[in-house]
Amino acid sequence: MVTTSKKKTNKVTPLDDCPDWTFELLEQYQTEIARVAEHYRIDTYTNQIEVITAEQMMDAYAGVGMPIGYNHWTFGKKFIQTEQTYKRGQMGLAYEIVINSSPCISYLMEENTMPMQALVMAHACYGHNSFFKGNYLFKSWTDASSIIDYLLFAKNYIAKCELKYGIDEVEATLDACHALMNHGVDRYKRPQKISLDEELKRQTERAEYLQSQVNTLWRTVPKNNESKNEKQFRFPSEPQENILYFIEKNAPLLKSWQREIVRIVRKISQYFYPQKQTQVMNEGWACFWHYTILNHLYDEGLVTDKFMLEFLHSHTNVVAQQEYNSKYYSGINPYALGFNMFIDIRRICENPTEEDKEYFPDIAGSNWLDTLHFAMENFKDESFISQYLSPKLIRDFKLFHIHDDGESDYVEIGAIHNEQGYKKIRLNLAEQYNLSNLEVNIQIVDANIEGDRSLTLRYTPHNNIELGDSKDEVLKHLHYLWQFDVKIIQEKKNGKDEIIAQCPEKKPEV
Amino acid sequence: MANFIDRRLNSKNKSTVNRQRFLRRYKNQIKKSVSDAIEQRGVTDISSGENIVIPKKDLSEPIFHQGSGGIRDKVHPGNDKFSTGDRIAKPPKGQGQGSGQGDASDSGEGEDEFSFSISKEEYLNLLFEDLELPNLEKNQLDKLIEYKTVRSGFCSEGVASNIDIVKSLQGSIARRIAMTSSKRKQLKEYQEALTALNQDKHDHLSEERELKKKIIELENKIAKVPFIDTFDLRFRNFAKQAVPTSKAVMFCLMDVSGSMDQATKEMAKRFYILLYLFLSRTYKNIDVVYIRHHTQAKEVDEHEFFYSQETGGTIASSALELMNNIINERYNDNQWNIYGAQASDGDNWADDSPHCKSLLEKQILPKTRYFSYIEITQRAHQTLWQQYQQVKETHSNFVTAHIKEVSDIYPVFRELFKKNTKNAA
Repeated sequence: MVTTSKKKTNKVTPLDDCPDWTFELLEQYQTEIARVAEHYRIDTYTNQIEVITAEQMMDAYAGVGMPIGYNHWTFGKKFIQTEQTYKRGQMGLAYEIVINSSPCISYLMEENTMPMQALVMAHACYGHNSFFKGNYLFKSWTDASSIIDYLLFAKNYIAKCELKYGIDEVEATLDACHALMNHGVDRYKRPQKISLDEELKRQTERAEYLQSQVNTLWRTVPKNNESKNEKQFRFPSEPQENILYFIEKNAPLLKSWQREIVRIVRKISQYFYPQKQTQVMNEGWACFWHYTILNHLYDEGLVTDKFMLEFLHSHTNVVAQQEYNSKYYSGINPYALGFNMFIDIRRICENPTEEDKEYFPDIAGSNWLDTLHFAMENFKDESFISQYLSPKLIRDFKLFHIHDDGESDYVEIGAIHNEQGYKKIRLNLAEQYNLSNLEVNIQIVDANIEGDRSLTLRYTPHNNIELGDSKDEVLKHLHYLWQFDVKIIQEKKNGKDEIIAQCPEKKPEV
Repeated sequence: MANFIDRRLNSKNKSTVNRQRFLRRYKNQIKKSVSDAIEQRGVTDISSGENIVIPKKDLSEPIFHQGSGGIRDKVHPGNDKFSTGDRIAKPPKGQGQGSGQGDASDSGEGEDEFSFSISKEEYLNLLFEDLELPNLEKNQLDKLIEYKTVRSGFCSEGVASNIDIVKSLQGSIARRIAMTSSKRKQLKEYQEALTALNQDKHDHLSEERELKKKIIELENKIAKVPFIDTFDLRFRNFAKQAVPTSKAVMFCLMDVSGSMDQATKEMAKRFYILLYLFLSRTYKNIDVVYIRHHTQAKEVDEHEFFYSQETGGTIASSALELMNNIINERYNDNQWNIYGAQASDGDNWADDSPHCKSLLEKQILPKTRYFSYIEITQRAHQTLWQQYQQVKETHSNFVTAHIKEVSDIYPVFRELFKKNTKNAA
């Protein structure tokens, strides 16, 4: 990580590099950063930069990235955890938190030095911010302008429910929803945009309408109908992956306020879904820009050597990658991978080697800024890696692939950083970021509305990986929402479906 | 393009509600931890909060995640010795392969226990909630009363030293205005009439003389109204107000003869802690006096009280006598709320027990708010218990209780104070 240029123009007076920041100084740095960002065509939401204290940062942590959160014990637990580890010195706090909203809210911590604040502004207010605005996933899945309103609506609504129906009831409902939060996402269907006005207006009528719909639906079903007839139709007609959505619309006995809570959790889950899919890219993009912008300022002579040394110190810490045999190793650092990939793309554009021309014929030698913006806008982690991970980077990281077939008592090195291994490593690394492989594939296949109203889910294992032990606990939560029998089935090797979990627990039928 | 907002002065306790929710949800586990912690505390150590430990598995937020087994492909950085096709033996089963890839390790820690601190108030609340003490506390306010004189308005009689000059003069002004207003009104009329006559072109000498005479008369009458009258006087009034004293002394009496083992003492200690905590909610200043005894009684410090070993026989009255002496010397029962708590395994020299009874009845109980005797034993009761039963029947501020094992302490403590509630009511 060597700064790219040594030449300095003497005309410019550098910005003050004293470690203590002031609001004036923040403004000055911000103005310069904004100017450079514009030079690189970085398009952002308006920035709202909030300076907060360490305690407030811990609050922000506990809210898991929501600036306005409803009340729930899990946030309290998170807070206590954060507070505890922070007080014991086991953990430093993040320098910033940035929220995908318009205006884009970023928190700067009071304790940061001036160079840190500059780094954070370049990183969060221009890096992350432009990613939120430009990336296709965020564009189509989230509505930055309405999220704050929606969170406010959610908080007030849940507080109202607590007053009306008691904290315990609301808490139980939220617990159940949280357990299924990862399954409250439409992976393929595009969500509708939400806004507070609309939401408030629609909420009441929706609640009443839904309740009446559900009631009539169930009223048509004769009670005590134990007939064992073949089912005439299947409901739902297609398997449903969005379990919370299905619950919201179809759970027979849920009260209308509970449906609304299910909806709130589902919406929030949907809002965070793109962030899960773009961790490497998002952090990489932000790191690339704080690095590039601050170096640009240095080249212009606006920041001093002293400033750069502190900046580079923090920067290298952030983008460091531990090797597999280090005791600090905990997987691939998304900051390191993302940052180096963006740097590498720029290199391929500006100084392509023969190898690059072979692997990346369409971008080698192209305009690096165009290519970079294109990459940021149109990919998610999985596709980004499979598109842009270069052999050089594989060599730099010394990546290697381990294959474990589960049954043998050894693992096998599938590929290393050589000519034969590049493509295999790239494929496997991309797969590693494929959320559909990481998250459990579990879908609602049948709701027996003509019979005992039981709900059946199907687990489809990926690579023969079994469902984790927590399934029984989660099923209890699902049962709380559905209120009739629920079970999970899985196709076993003999081709037959087998119940792997059910609630309430029963002895396996013969 | 950017707005800076200084949020540093905003409230920083956004998470307080959520924290309370957390405590609320895990009350049972936390309570258990609190009651465990009591053993490690000194009797008077209530200024600090407490560390709470909860097993992590109780706190889990379950989600569907991938389990073990199956085919896994992983890419790692930093290859230093592997070539394609190398085979590496798996670690023996049981060691596991890390926590799996389910959740990309959101926090680096893998503790089995979740520990955190609660504040002093939270600690006391949890402790007392278990004992249902907050309700008791109200009935427990039959503390010693002292009187304080406080100002309470004004009255028309009193001693000269209490005259309130401002109030009195106000009264004087009011009275004078009231007594002269009609005269002054008339005076004004005459004066106006006089000026009217003066301005007239014609002479009205006799009328003028008449008016002037009337004016002088009226002015004299007005001047005669006294500047101050006894009727005006106001005196500051004082009333007596009852003020409960906030001073209390707690006597811990314990048998430390050979028959009391450390476990028994620990049980007694728990009882003392509870009593102290309870009193500390009602009183601002609490003195604790530790008296231990075998055949002789001695005032000691806390550590010696609980942890030093003694042998020998038991004469319980020695402790009561010492307590009585200390009260007479240092703790005037008009100013101090005196509480006594005696713990013993019931052993006493048989001839001494009646003496204990009479000491209690004649000397100690009249001065104390409350005296509790707990007997920690597995055996049958002996003379001391029997004598004390007689005392109990005649005195409402004396209670006895029998503790067999640690788990009896809370219920017994509750029982003791419930009884008191009934008597107080």
